[in-house]
Amino acid sequence: MKKQKRITDIIVYIILSLGSILMIGPLLWMISTSLKDKTGVFALPPQWIPDPIQFEAYTKLFQLDTLGYGIKNTIIVSLSVTIVGTITSSMAAFAFAKLRMPFKDWVFLILLASIMIPYPIIMIPQFVMFSKIGWVDTLLPLIVPGLFGNITMIFFLRQYLANVPYSLIEAAKVDGAGYLQIFFKLIFPVIRPAVAAQFILWFMGVWNDYLAPLIYLNSPEKQTLQVVIANLKATYAIQTDYPLIMAGSVVSLLPVLIVFLIFQKQIIESVALSGVKG
Amino acid sequence: MASHRCLLLKGVKSMSGINPVVGAKDVKPKKPKKQKSSALYKQEHRVAFLFVLAPVIGFLLFSVYPFAYSIYASFTDWNGLNRMNFIGFDNFVKLFQDPYFYQTLYNTVFYMIGIPIGLGLALLLAIALNRGLRGTTFFRTVYYIPVISSLAAISIMWAWAYNGDFGLVNQVLEIFGVQGPNWLENTSTVKPAIILMAVWKGLGYSMLLYLAAIQSVSKSFYEAADLDGANSFQKFLNITWPMVKPVTFFLVITNIIGGFQIFTEINIMTPTGGPEYSAASIVWYVWQKAFKYYQMGYGSAMSLILFIFIFIVTVIQFYLNRKSDYSLD
Repeated sequence: MKKQKRITDIIVYIILSLGSILMIGPLLWMISTSLKDKTGVFALPPQWIPDPIQFEAYTKLFQLDTLGYGIKNTIIVSLSVTIVGTITSSMAAFAFAKLRMPFKDWVFLILLASIMIPYPIIMIPQFVMFSKIGWVDTLLPLIVPGLFGNITMIFFLRQYLANVPYSLIEAAKVDGAGYLQIFFKLIFPVIRPAVAAQFILWFMGVWNDYLAPLIYLNSPEKQTLQVVIANLKATYAIQTDYPLIMAGSVVSLLPVLIVFLIFQKQIIESVALSGVKG
Repeated sequence: MASHRCLLLKGVKSMSGINPVVGAKDVKPKKPKKQKSSALYKQEHRVAFLFVLAPVIGFLLFSVYPFAYSIYASFTDWNGLNRMNFIGFDNFVKLFQDPYFYQTLYNTVFYMIGIPIGLGLALLLAIALNRGLRGTTFFRTVYYIPVISSLAAISIMWAWAYNGDFGLVNQVLEIFGVQGPNWLENTSTVKPAIILMAVWKGLGYSMLLYLAAIQSVSKSFYEAADLDGANSFQKFLNITWPMVKPVTFFLVITNIIGGFQIFTEINIMTPTGGPEYSAASIVWYVWQKAFKYYQMGYGSAMSLILFIFIFIVTVIQFYLNRKSDYSLD
């Protein structure tokens, strides 16, 4: 019995390892391509470790104005949305979970229904709406809607707050604390782990967004990173400059990858929890 | 959940001057005694109202209003600039005669073949990871990396990997003596190629949810099964599978809803919608019509159809969710 388990373990190990090669292989190959020169890409047999290793593609990439714009704009959009949006979302979650208000649960359910209206359904009128006030080709259509909060985040924070006893808030009220004070001094520290995980997930979502920036942004100095690298692909594929294209993708992936590797425990736990909770 | 409670207690204890009722169950406040403290309650109502105001305004302004407008626009010849003329059901009539509409709808549904494939693989992986081998955390992280990666970058990378002459996929196939096609330029291979990529990208997420579900299954079930002499397959069929059913259900639904919205992969890997539109998805076609040809009314009509599909799936989810013992809390 024990021996059989050992053999199974070894087989499972081999399968898992092969699987992780399949998962990580393409990414390593992308990095490897970005470190080749233009002709090295077409070498036969293919080289996994470029010979010689070249940083030419990256030097070229960072000389492009568009990349700088892309990084700057993406940082502006993703940070402003997530920072302000997290505050509005967590205040709303607090009210939905712990404060008394007529029709509170109804309002919450109706907000939750907005999950059913995905972005592609409303992108046309939203575009025209923003174009009427002259916001096309600015970052505002990407930023402003997010500032009003995110229902997914409200949902998870509200769940999390369900564990906080009412007596705690009542006691703080008796002590004469105002609601803002209760929120910032009492509630926010308690929900901070959940807020952090949701914040990171949202940040990665905004960072990686492609459709909305594609619709709204035209001029190069306004584009976000995802659109910039997609344009790189369209422009340089004809010149078969694959190292440059891959370097662009690596640069756009790296920040999120680093954030993930640092906070992987929190991220993975929070995602796993979200599935269990539905 | 245990860790959360711990954190909560820590948070509670750090508050000075407040005496927490440790371990007390969530005590709902008693029904307000109107005559006694209505002023206080009014103030609380006001604060609560202010706190939820931002998302409510955002919801009305950026979801409800555009959505209502979109429904109205479906019945007009709107081009985004000129006056909208009401044209009744013309858009829908045209839509149901549009071969590209059917083609893109067919493609979109075709891509969903990847859902059962991905879920099956994810479940197998989760079971493998649940054996508690060394390096489980490492494997979990590795499988999760594609999930967090930017879809645009991933699509660019795979477009290059599918290159007919120098792409990674064909180079690997060549080791086994197989001459691979030019994946993205071939009507019969472009959809499977995109499905493969989508499975690759989504695997880690489903695996993670399955793993969490499997880990929450009480060990005593398996021990009891062992005593009864059940083999691994029987244990899977009678314990694991029923226990992860809610997760399967959740993943199927969210994947279908997400699948209806597939766009980025298509637009980056096949900018022209693939040979003979064989890769174009419905959202890609809407985008094309609305923002390339400025047929906003027509595009809106199409998105309305898309909404109806998503709505049906969501209603099914809601209904079945209520029937099963699996609840939102």
